[in-house]
Amino acid sequence: MLRIDSLTTDHGQVRAVDRVSFRAEVGSCTAVIGANGAGKSSLLRTLSGLVKATSGSASWGDVDLLKLPTSEIVRHGVAHVPEGRSVIAELSVEENLTLGALWRGKDPDVAVTKSEVLDLFPRLGERLKQGADSLSGGERQMLAIGRALMARPKLLLLDEPSLGLAPIVIEQIFHTIDTMRKATGLTVVLVEQNAVSALGIANHAIVLSLGKIVASGEANAIASDESLRHAYLGY
Amino acid sequence: MSTLLSTLIMGLSLGAIYSLMAVALILVWRSTRVVNFAQAGQAVLSTYIGLEIHRMTGSYWLAILLSIIFGGVLGGLIDLALVRPLLRRAGSGPEAAVAPVIATLGLLAVLQGVSGMLWGGELINFPSAFSTAGLSIGGSKIPFSAFDLFTVGASLAVMLAFSFIFQRTGLGLSMRAAAFSPEVAQLAGVRTGRVRTIGWSFAGAAGGLAGVLITPTTFLAPNSLDLLLVFGFTAAVVGGLESMIGGALGGLALGFGLALVLQYAGSSYTFMTAFVVLLAVLLLRPQGLIGKRSGRRV
Amino acid sequence: MVDVSKRPLHFLSRIPRPVRVLIGIAIAAFAWVLMGDRVSEFRITQGSMVAAYALAIISIVMLTGYSGQVSLGHGSFLAVGAYACALFLVNLHWPIWLTFFISVIAAAIVGAIVGIAAARLSGPYLAGTTLAFAVGVPSISGLVNILGGEQGISWDAAEQYGPPSRYGDPYMFLNKWVYWICGAALILGIALAVNITKSRYGRIWRAVRADESAAALAGINVARSKILAFAVSAGFAGFAGAILSVTLSSVAPSTFGLSLSFLILTGAVIGGIRSIYGAIVGALALVILPMLSDMIASNASESIHTNLPGVITGVLLVLTVLFNPGGTAAAFNHLAHGLRSKGRRSSH
Repeated sequence: MLRIDSLTTDHGQVRAVDRVSFRAEVGSCTAVIGANGAGKSSLLRTLSGLVKATSGSASWGDVDLLKLPTSEIVRHGVAHVPEGRSVIAELSVEENLTLGALWRGKDPDVAVTKSEVLDLFPRLGERLKQGADSLSGGERQMLAIGRALMARPKLLLLDEPSLGLAPIVIEQIFHTIDTMRKATGLTVVLVEQNAVSALGIANHAIVLSLGKIVASGEANAIASDESLRHAYLGY
Repeated sequence: MSTLLSTLIMGLSLGAIYSLMAVALILVWRSTRVVNFAQAGQAVLSTYIGLEIHRMTGSYWLAILLSIIFGGVLGGLIDLALVRPLLRRAGSGPEAAVAPVIATLGLLAVLQGVSGMLWGGELINFPSAFSTAGLSIGGSKIPFSAFDLFTVGASLAVMLAFSFIFQRTGLGLSMRAAAFSPEVAQLAGVRTGRVRTIGWSFAGAAGGLAGVLITPTTFLAPNSLDLLLVFGFTAAVVGGLESMIGGALGGLALGFGLALVLQYAGSSYTFMTAFVVLLAVLLLRPQGLIGKRSGRRV
Repeated sequence: MVDVSKRPLHFLSRIPRPVRVLIGIAIAAFAWVLMGDRVSEFRITQGSMVAAYALAIISIVMLTGYSGQVSLGHGSFLAVGAYACALFLVNLHWPIWLTFFISVIAAAIVGAIVGIAAARLSGPYLAGTTLAFAVGVPSISGLVNILGGEQGISWDAAEQYGPPSRYGDPYMFLNKWVYWICGAALILGIALAVNITKSRYGRIWRAVRADESAAALAGINVARSKILAFAVSAGFAGFAGAILSVTLSSVAPSTFGLSLSFLILTGAVIGGIRSIYGAIVGALALVILPMLSDMIASNASESIHTNLPGVITGVLLVLTVLFNPGGTAAAFNHLAHGLRSKGRRSSH
């Protein structure tokens, strides 16, 4: 279980994350939605150690996330796909995938994981030897997620996977995430500006505004709350 | 044997050493985005250590080995003590751009100064395990000795090893990933700090080997390797700082070129030539002869 | 609300700027002459050296601190200025202030040429190339005959630009006279530098340094501003080289090698790479360092003696970069800021 208690992160003078608390059950999908600048990315970056929390706590199972250096989280089953196309353009598609499982060393299971990832995203299989910079936006997002999956994570933190992608591609990616989660019991925390798509595959949702949680609950409930949508989600 | 051919042969062993230096610079550049001007100082100190070992044990092989090992350890220590804190403080503005340059230059001064303090400034002759007399093939002598053969062989072996490590192993992949996108690499589980230290160790070891290979035919003094640094840098730029093969080829090309200049124009022009080559490449083809043109990603 | 009028020295801002500048210059000149009257002959010569170093450091401040370009070869621009001054002085017997002018122009022209090449380069490429330049130019000057070869050119300073006879025996007074010339050059240089950096050009350079693409999008001709920065910086360096040669009453290739370039960079880092006034602190450090090193190594062997300055310099550089990248200027600013805010708090 993912436990976040009163997590606070400051960015210089700005309080990016303001006493955020929530729980995510194993195997669930939690959508973190809100307008631009609401603190969603900062929340994930605090969990993965890219920025330092000011106060509060965050733990995954019995692992204190705030005490882990970034390069260690993957060894505890946590994978973070940061926002923007987080593929390494100077490497090939295959190298990007291999990178995700490097820490596993000589584990023979790595090959199995790789074929599973390629089954999930066949387009990547077609372009294995190509440079990652030759991929389209949607393919790059698939590669980024694929790389995270190569680590066989138990907790997947996704930061705005839909950014800049065409609706069809968004649907495809979200469908894949959803199917995979249900099949493997993966816990997903999905940060999105695209609230509609996110709420479509989430169990629970929290709405952030200016770093604070302004609403939380079942995804359906949030999705059907019109005043909430108008105030914080822009539709 | 024609002068031209013998000149080119001389260029081969020169080129091998330049390539080694270039590869060390490229290694550090690709793993840290820093040009390590202190490389010359590290190599000099490592070579002096080799000299001491030789004085104590009389064994040339032990001297080479310990030079390389010392170079590797020194490189790693420099990363831990200097580069790590430097990267932590990386802000922006002119201080941040200039800081690594100043730091490595400062380190160069310290290393050369310490070498001078411990061994004095006079030129020392460094021994070599192989004869430096020209070999004879089919009755005629060529200006290529057993030692030159060793030089070329050792340099080639090291470069092939580095290239292999960089392109084909997990460690090399970690190093490349850490250099291009440290954040993404960390999220993927790469311990970027450790990987970078290894890169600096490798580079330091290569520098130590280069120093030991070039000094028998020249001499050893605290700043005797400055020129080697400039030539190594030129070779790296000619090849395009991003590619080790490029650096190796650049070194070879530079070796041939400088040998020709040495033969036909005299030693006072070698430096000018290298400078002209450097400038020409930077102005006409800044990505080097091998590199791909890369724009800035906005 | 802080009552600004109660701040000490506030009345100064009521005086119009040109008058303030003139008063500042007058005070600086007076202080310079006063110091010269109080110290030994050796210190007077050191004072002249400080002026030369300070001007050289100012040239680096303008190029790197303001325009963001790294040059490891500024010693070569000093060489250009020094040789230009020497040639016109010795062969054409021009008056000294005119030769200074020529030095600046000559160095600036070479600077513009280098700037054209440099504008296309950045980061390590620029650093490595300027490094090669630093080693290359002195070796050229050693080869060309008209420049005096390895020995260089030397002259009789009293003859060329000695003090007017009302000061007594020209040879006795020479040192102090040269010191005054250097002081005048330094004050002039600082005034010019401050002026340029506060001008439109200074702002353009800082914009380019901060973000080239943004500056280009805002309509700035980035290449032109970089070349201009190099030319201006080289001009200052040439000026420094000229007064250096005047102080030494000679020029030789060995003076302007890599170690000079390195020394100037060190002074810039210590003083604060963005600070023009910090250049004076840096220059003082450069002159004091060898003395300090001699004191420490006074009883040690020769090899320690020769190498200690280099080691101290290197260590100082590394420590400055790690712990105080802004140099003494930044430290001073911090201190001043701290004192100012304490002052404000206590007036509540």
